[in-house]
Amino acid sequence: MADMHAIRVTVNGLPYEATVESRLLLADFLRDHLGLVGTHLGCEHGVCGACTVILNGRTVRSCLVFAVQADGAQIMTVEGLARDSQFHPLQEAFRDKQGLQCGFCTPGMLMRAYEFLQENPNPTEEEIREAIAGNLCRCTGYQFIVEAIQDAAARMAVASR
Amino acid sequence: MATQAPARKWIGQSIPRVEDPRLLLGRGEYVTDLVLPGMVHAAILRSPLAHARIASIDASKARSLPGVLAVVTGREIKELTNPMPDFGPDPSKHTWWVLATDKVRYMGEPVAAVVATDRYIAEDACELIEVNYEPLPVVVDPVEAMKPGAPLVHEPLGTNVAYSRTFVFGDVERDFTEAEVVVRDHLRWHRSGAQPLETVGAVAQYNPATGMMTIYCNSVTFTFLLFLVANTLKIPSNKLNLIPCPAGGSFGSKFWAVRVPILAGMLAKLVGRPVKFVEDRIDNITTSDHHGSDRIYDVEMAAMRDGTLRSLRVKVVDDYGAYIQFGVGTHGNSLAQVVGPYKIKSVQYELYAVLTNKCQQGAYRGFGSEVTNWVVERMVDLVARELGMDPVEIRRKNFIQPHEFPYTIPTGNMYDSGNYPGVLEKALQLADYQGLREMQRRAREEGRYVGIGLISAQERSVFSSTEFWFWFDQPTGITSSPESVTLKMDPMGNITATLYSQAFWGQSPETMVAQVVAEEFDIDPSQVSVIYGGSAGGLPATGPGGSRFTIMVAGAIQGAARRIKEKMLKIASHKLEVAPEDLEFAEGKIRVRGTPERAMTLQEVAMLAYLFKLDLPPDIEESGLEADYTFDHPYTTMPAPDRKNLGVFYPFVGHACHIAAVEVDIETGQHTFLKYVAVHDAGTVVNPRSLNGQIIGGVAQGLGTAMYEQYVYSPDGQLLTGSYMDYLIPTAMEVPKVEIGHQETPSPFTPYGIKGAGEGGRMMTPAVVSAAIEDALAPFGVRVNEVPITPEKILRWIEEAQAPRP
Repeated sequence: MADMHAIRVTVNGLPYEATVESRLLLADFLRDHLGLVGTHLGCEHGVCGACTVILNGRTVRSCLVFAVQADGAQIMTVEGLARDSQFHPLQEAFRDKQGLQCGFCTPGMLMRAYEFLQENPNPTEEEIREAIAGNLCRCTGYQFIVEAIQDAAARMAVASR
Repeated sequence: MATQAPARKWIGQSIPRVEDPRLLLGRGEYVTDLVLPGMVHAAILRSPLAHARIASIDASKARSLPGVLAVVTGREIKELTNPMPDFGPDPSKHTWWVLATDKVRYMGEPVAAVVATDRYIAEDACELIEVNYEPLPVVVDPVEAMKPGAPLVHEPLGTNVAYSRTFVFGDVERDFTEAEVVVRDHLRWHRSGAQPLETVGAVAQYNPATGMMTIYCNSVTFTFLLFLVANTLKIPSNKLNLIPCPAGGSFGSKFWAVRVPILAGMLAKLVGRPVKFVEDRIDNITTSDHHGSDRIYDVEMAAMRDGTLRSLRVKVVDDYGAYIQFGVGTHGNSLAQVVGPYKIKSVQYELYAVLTNKCQQGAYRGFGSEVTNWVVERMVDLVARELGMDPVEIRRKNFIQPHEFPYTIPTGNMYDSGNYPGVLEKALQLADYQGLREMQRRAREEGRYVGIGLISAQERSVFSSTEFWFWFDQPTGITSSPESVTLKMDPMGNITATLYSQAFWGQSPETMVAQVVAEEFDIDPSQVSVIYGGSAGGLPATGPGGSRFTIMVAGAIQGAARRIKEKMLKIASHKLEVAPEDLEFAEGKIRVRGTPERAMTLQEVAMLAYLFKLDLPPDIEESGLEADYTFDHPYTTMPAPDRKNLGVFYPFVGHACHIAAVEVDIETGQHTFLKYVAVHDAGTVVNPRSLNGQIIGGVAQGLGTAMYEQYVYSPDGQLLTGSYMDYLIPTAMEVPKVEIGHQETPSPFTPYGIKGAGEGGRMMTPAVVSAAIEDALAPFGVRVNEVPITPEKILRWIEEAQAPRP
């Protein structure tokens, strides 16, 4: 049998233990082992950003990380964004600005935007464009995503006041 | 003819998209999210060579790998399946199988398929399959492929030219003879593709006891042609149920993408367990069956000195790759709007469809008409340059005028309505065209290379099936391309609409349906629920593509709503003792005209319809409130027998004017956008925000085609841009901010006057970007005649322009 390793991770606040092959990708672990299918695989070679999740506070491409590398980590996925089925302000803003079409890049885009707004709560349009340049969207042409992130920043500023 | 209601409550509103909440929560329910009990996984082995005979395949090591259930190679494929459905000319001479049988014809062509307990093991097993290839000479250049003695992609065909014909529409000879100016150019549009972030995938389940094959997939189109899929799978047509899953983008590339569901179905039947097969990115980029147009043009345009355009002569060689599944339908799209928005009197169209050792073409947003827009606009600009005219002036002079619609173009297609001067004026104002020209003048004085492009072009919508076969005198083909809906009002007065094709592939079908149903019944869109029905027991549906969906579904909804409303009026009339014609649907009620307090709620009427048969008027035979409606193409005609007139086949024609200002760095070949304006006329707009999203997204894809994206094949047929490291999809840093304007000229022939609008962005952007770059480089006299316009090409063009002439 292939080499197996016991790992413990916390995903969206819940603890999980599993025994996984060393070659198992974090993306496949989240999707196939934990059933968290909100994280999508677009290119599987680290360019498109659809599989972006937050690992110990920083975004990673879960197609480029092995599950065993996440042992002991705190992970956040798109499923962790809403609380008690209440949308996060980012989700509200994406809905109101139509910052999505097919929805496939959206979870990765939300994770990147979440991280970015922690770093820069009041960004300019140019800063947003640069911040999401590592996440491909084939539908929107990005403009409404940029508007949504600006709008989310404003909502979050109000919320934290 | 549609009735043009003056005031509408829901059509025209930017309501938030109905689809978005679940997508934002990560609950999109894409096909790859689907898990069935006992499900196993497939992977395919792709050919590493572009052209080779398969001498032998040894799969014994793969078969003995623990976890492997089955390995299928081309050797078994003829027992397991029939050939793939193929709408191309002479399919028996270029037979397409789900796996390569005798030889491989392009790099990436599937050679074997493995089923295993998980995808990792399936891919391990693929690596253990030993294929002995005997390499054959490769042909990747379509011009070389046309020459006698070129290596043959399909020997039974005896040539690589799968189709050729010259069509003449109108008096081309006279128009060229009388012309005072004739411009000529050689134009090259390289191959790119849709590349949705979600690939094509399927989960198939076969019940050997019932013989029923159920396939969940993200590419269910043409449900009335799925008997062809059943035939390939060697099962009865009534034992196949394709169930659409929401698609994570398509842009045409999931249009009749049946190879993946067929592969999954074949394997599920073989192993007796549900099989999931989802393309990985390399599968999708090398063997999607949906590469875009790949055309080489020699074009002449005839004009008069005053700028009047007279005629167009086109010779086009199109590199279709190794198969030709849709025939030359992409050139039907071209002929639908080959004269653009101009009163060009005649057209000659000489077409060569050539086979080479590449992935075959399929559909990509525009389906070939985007190329024609680019060609026509490039040529109009060339005439303007020759005559020293401003791009605005030459377009204004040649526009079909608002009073001349419906207008029949030389090919026989009809443009339904339009106001091209109106769109142009809006665009000029929005862009501040004079201000841009002034800015350009100052920039040039400072030694900067700023250019302004302006184009005005067409966006045809709702294809007729005739465009897939009018190329041949015989045999003729199908003439239907319907779309259906089932509407059901439940006893609580809520409505469920069932759609029957690949309704969601990134656009907003649920939002659109909710708005149209709300409009029809005067209820709130939140009272409408949309579900996607499977093909078994479903109604005929064609699916999105050719910007047909909104018009066709709106028509189906109107038809079904009419049937339900008639029944409800009868019931209310009986109860209220008022003649049906004195009743109206308003604010969620059926009420008496002029006496709105005399009313029944829809719920009250629905309850009666379902539960109180003895209260119904005697002429109502059935309980319930449900109606099916199949809406056929509202305006299409047959081609003339001599094909000098192709009939009406793509008649709902939108229009757009795009203006772009760019600055080019002549040291690096890089460019920066200074302005991008898009004014569109898509007839009546259903949801302005969603339409704007389609336009901007299309601009981004058009920009990719214009500047970045190309499937580059080496001379030995290797795809050199086989990953996103090399196939460059525009990011947020490349796509400019788009300023949008709308003109609304309703179609007189469609429900509510809607025109299709899903493709317009990509149909305009390559042309306007080419014009802007050319204008920026005007001091060098550079001519932009090729896309993508990479930095290397810009530098080469400048260098060539500066080189001393011999």
